[in-house]
Amino acid sequence: MSLYILCTVLFAIGLYCLLVKKNLVKKIIGLGIMEYAINLFFILAGYRTAAEAPILDRELAITNFVDPLPQALILTSIVIGLAVTALMVAIAVRLYEKYRTFDINEIRRLRG
Amino acid sequence: MIPLFVAIPLGFAFLIPLVSKYKEGFARACAVAGGFFLVCVSVASVYWIKTGAMTYAVGGWKAPFGICMELDALSVLILLVINIIGFLALVYSAEYIKKRYTSPGLYYTLFCLLLAGLNGVAISGDLFNMFVFLEITSIASYALVAFGTEAEELEASFKYMVLGSIASALILFAIGILLAKVSTLNMADIARQLMRQGPGNITVLYCAALFTMGFALKAGLVPFHTWLADAHPAAPAPVSAMLSGVVIKTLGIYQLVRVIFNIIGFSQAMSFIFVWLGIISMVVGVLLAIGQWDFKRLLAYHSISQIGYVVFGIGLGTPLGIIGGLFHLFNHSLFKSLLFLNAGAVEFATGTRRLEKVAGLSNEMPVTGVTSLIASLSIAGIPPLCGFWSKLIIIIAAFQVQHFFGAIVCLAVSMVTLASFLKVQKYAFARKAQNPVTGIKEVPLSMKVSMVSLAILCVGVGLFFPVIINTVIKPAADVLLAGREYINWVLGVK
Repeated sequence: MSLYILCTVLFAIGLYCLLVKKNLVKKIIGLGIMEYAINLFFILAGYRTAAEAPILDRELAITNFVDPLPQALILTSIVIGLAVTALMVAIAVRLYEKYRTFDINEIRRLRG
Repeated sequence: MIPLFVAIPLGFAFLIPLVSKYKEGFARACAVAGGFFLVCVSVASVYWIKTGAMTYAVGGWKAPFGICMELDALSVLILLVINIIGFLALVYSAEYIKKRYTSPGLYYTLFCLLLAGLNGVAISGDLFNMFVFLEITSIASYALVAFGTEAEELEASFKYMVLGSIASALILFAIGILLAKVSTLNMADIARQLMRQGPGNITVLYCAALFTMGFALKAGLVPFHTWLADAHPAAPAPVSAMLSGVVIKTLGIYQLVRVIFNIIGFSQAMSFIFVWLGIISMVVGVLLAIGQWDFKRLLAYHSISQIGYVVFGIGLGTPLGIIGGLFHLFNHSLFKSLLFLNAGAVEFATGTRRLEKVAGLSNEMPVTGVTSLIASLSIAGIPPLCGFWSKLIIIIAAFQVQHFFGAIVCLAVSMVTLASFLKVQKYAFARKAQNPVTGIKEVPLSMKVSMVSLAILCVGVGLFFPVIINTVIKPAADVLLAGREYINWVLGVK
């Protein structure tokens, strides 16, 4: 149980970083932390104590196996996270070219 | 038939960048043809689905083990909205993008990806699959918001991306917790397992809270609305029309009601949250809109306010309220995308979208003037245009359940909306120009065609609203009212 709570704590750290930090790059890192927290949570949800890999075979009868579904999901989730991070970094670089800064306080032409 | 909704736009999205390098008009022709075909399929699907649902097992793996796609009346409503607006926005883009932006090939690729993602969200019957399509849509729309790569657009896109990613993370977290709880991802199967375990489980409530936060962020409901007013105006006009008319509804409202009504189960507490989110959004959105002088920003704030009506109507939980909410969702997609296209036309012709800088456009641009008048009257709820009937239904529904405060707020917000759009009409179109600018021309044909079609739809839906309600809206509302009946439709258990 405490592991799950630690996941939530990690998620909250990422969220804090994403919302409060003023630097665009730090915000992107915060998003990364958030995604890792969720990935970790998924993997933990599939974990079983002293379990084996779920490989189907005639000779072996595996009764206690790890849930393979979350692992498959996490592969997808990591790839999606990569895409979002790549796009974010690309936009951050373009923003740097326009404003010559990563500081969110100086990048505020939009308001109202 | 069901996979076509995703396969067509996804196929074009990969075909266009390959060919458009060599052939200039190919991307445009492809995208418009694909859009038209999608409209045909979604109109046809209205007649296939009367009650219940059609399912399609991806790769032949039967539900609940494989991924399943599922088409019921609610999906059909959303598919209609997505594909009609998407097609008309593509027609509009033909001239608009050519004149104002470089690399149209990339634009059409991203637009097709956006359509694929949206259609996928609407037909997905698997929670994680839905999340993947949601991310496809989100990434395409982040990129489209930044498409102009000017300073403001990049800034808006970054802001949108930060808040959109938080929303996606919350939704994925909720999916993870549900998966840990019931060990399945099929939406109907989750609903069945949750029903066996009985109501009032704290974990399920936690998931419901995470889902509500995530989808409300995507929908731009009021405590979560800050990104919307930056992101929607920054995009190219047809994309703003898609974002305001379709994306916030599909990613926000549709998924929210699907998860809450069909999977987790609607309750009094949910109704309370929906109704108050709706009321706050209505009021705050319209108050923020009054002071705006940027045409598109004003429209973006009105989107928040109108989405408030939708959530309020659905949140009442009565049959009439849900019909009103869904009907308003349908109407809002028509008139709000029309207004964004008008704003794009004004910007296209004059080079600015500040309302105080343009004047007397209805002489030079009669088509834009008339269509924007129709759209403004629709959004303000003037009979017999479409916005009037849906607002009327919502207000009657609020009176039925004795929610007098909500009904009065609906009326008041409608008045303020009218005032705000009279301002738009007065400044941009009606008043005499003090120092008239010469050389303002009406926009090209393709832009006119799509604006006129949307205006005709606004008037047509208003005049023939009983037909629309009976064929499209009522069956969709029945899906929500049936609640966990949904399990039997998808899994086929009697």
